[in-house]
Amino acid sequence: MSGKDDKIAVFPSRMAMTIMKARLTGAQKGHSLLKKKSDALTVRFRMILKKIIETKVLMGQVMKEASFSLAEAKFTMGDFNHLVLQNVNKAQVKVRSKKDNVAGVTLPVFESYQDGSDSYELTGLSKGGQQINRLKKNYSKAVELLVELASLQTSFVTLDEVIKVTNRRVNAIEYVVIPRIERTLAYITTELDEREREEFFRLKKIQKKKGERRAAAELLKAEMALEADGNYDSPANLLEDSRDEDLLFDN
Amino acid sequence: MTHLGAKGKLMAVIGDEDTCTGFLLGGIGELDKHRRPNFLVVDKTTSVSEIEEAFNKFVGRGDIAIILIGQNIAEEIRHILDAYKEPIPAILEIPSKDHPYDSSKDSILRRAKGMFSAEDFR
Repeated sequence: MSGKDDKIAVFPSRMAMTIMKARLTGAQKGHSLLKKKSDALTVRFRMILKKIIETKVLMGQVMKEASFSLAEAKFTMGDFNHLVLQNVNKAQVKVRSKKDNVAGVTLPVFESYQDGSDSYELTGLSKGGQQINRLKKNYSKAVELLVELASLQTSFVTLDEVIKVTNRRVNAIEYVVIPRIERTLAYITTELDEREREEFFRLKKIQKKKGERRAAAELLKAEMALEADGNYDSPANLLEDSRDEDLLFDN
Repeated sequence: MTHLGAKGKLMAVIGDEDTCTGFLLGGIGELDKHRRPNFLVVDKTTSVSEIEEAFNKFVGRGDIAIILIGQNIAEEIRHILDAYKEPIPAILEIPSKDHPYDSSKDSILRRAKGMFSAEDFR
């Protein structure tokens, strides 16, 4: 269904033309609305991308700091990895998601919150408590940043998808739907014009025939008048004369 | 997405021992009722298939919203990460202690580069 002569199958009439015109305005309106939506999303998308890159760079620094404080803590306390890894119970930091709305697209926004008590309260009680505290603080900061990054990234992925879909629609309307309606309109217009020319020609023809016939009748009447010398019957009466002659198809 | 708001969700970690330790101290570790952890410690004996399995398990679990994965480990299962398209859970690549962060390897940033030049925003 593509190519130069692709058009909607309609009978070329005035009504179809009105319908097509309405469809064309509808398509144009839809196109401009979708274009606006796509623009709004793109603005947001670029903003998010910028933030992601900033946050990723920041994350590098924060993670470096956190790793360094882990090394510090290990230096003071010795290896405590197994202690932590075995002692897992309930999560203290959880993620809640809210929704943000951009031009009709819902974007999830993550938010971290504290829930329950610290299960590593007693870690580092004997030695290295200060380092452990700093370590915890650094990693909490990292977690917060990562949650923020995650929501940015989720928005990024969602928006990416939506923008693609919207652009596809915009292009479909611009390059397929509107040209097709325009072609249909052009087709209807040419057909109507042609019919009008035919009609005009037909009327001309009838007028010519009528003129010829009238001239013949005049001639006949003149002859009769000449023959009867003013003594001829009244002109033909349409009501009394039952025969209605065919105007067009008479040879 | 509607079920997300009701209950707090977890973060999962796939990383080396130190990274996991750090984040657990940050308070994200949890054992579910079958006592399965939400983290995976990857050392040099961990095979790629184990990482894949753990990753797919985390993705399949409904209560995880964010998966953190060390970038060196992400490299190993890059084919899965590149194919992964869902917004939730979000996959974040994090730098680990002995592997500095390289933004050119990140799946998301690589996709972003296709559209805009990431350097424009620096």
